Amino acid sequence: MPDCNDVVRELFAYLDGEVTLNVRTEIAAHLEGCPECYEALDFHAELRNVIARRCQEELPPGLADRIRNCFGTLEPEPGFSPFAMPPPDLGSGPSFRL
Amino acid sequence: MADRQRFVDDAMEFMPSLYSAAMRLTRNRSDAEDLVQETYLRAYRGYAGFEEGTNLKAWLYRIMTNAYINIYRAKQRRPQEDDLDDVEDLYLYRHLSGLEAARVGRSAEDELLDWFTDDEVKGALEALPEAYRLAVLLADVEGFSYKEIAEILDVPIGTVMSRLHRGRKAMQKHLFEFAVERRLLPESEQTTHA
Repeated sequence: MPDCNDVVRELFAYLDGEVTLNVRTEIAAHLEGCPECYEALDFHAELRNVIARRCQEELPPGLADRIRNCFGTLEPEPGFSPFAMPPPDLGSGPSFRL
Repeated sequence: MADRQRFVDDAMEFMPSLYSAAMRLTRNRSDAEDLVQETYLRAYRGYAGFEEGTNLKAWLYRIMTNAYINIYRAKQRRPQEDDLDDVEDLYLYRHLSGLEAARVGRSAEDELLDWFTDDEVKGALEALPEAYRLAVLLADVEGFSYKEIAEILDVPIGTVMSRLHRGRKAMQKHLFEFAVERRLLPESEQTTHA
């Protein structure tokens, strides 16, 4: 069975859902009998919620329409890799070839 | 290959989340809008390469991450937060706990988190070196799995885990510094850690 040090070491992996079922069950059992570890876990679950909630931005009005309008001037290109391209010049209008 | 119109409609749904992430990366609205636009144009031109049934959101994040790196030449410099080795695990929790026990009784540490403002939480994340910031953003804000983050960033899972570990520590340290600056802590904590 894991002790408190084991639980602290695995705490984030546990919260991230990245431990094996076996470890997950053992940690859950430890948490039931250990208020200290439970509180620490609860804090970090809430911290994660706070980070996610407070980092949301409102979409600027017009951005979605502007992008949809750009689609109208473009054709999908077979073989185009969207992952790697030379840096486009963002300063002088659209960075794509019409 | 996915149907084009459906691809566009599906992809547009992720725009608020991509824009929020772009704000954390570029730290300003104008660059964030450019980055999101560039991401969608790349996605549209390359949508033939998207395999229907795979994770579209992760695919868009991978495009955005690469665009960000291309445009802002951010990446793969070694992250610099060298003093992190001294930072213990659960840093924020352990430092806030002293205060909480003294003041408001047990089991309310998580309520202390409400003290932080939006700007402080955003600031703590934006203060991280790019490599850590991307990992924390993708895991804690967007909820991607380690495997998805590894694919988005094109690094091994072990690297994702170590960046997350260090990034989260650094972020907790920044948050605690905000708490000290705003005098949210009793004198003893401030003198010890300021």
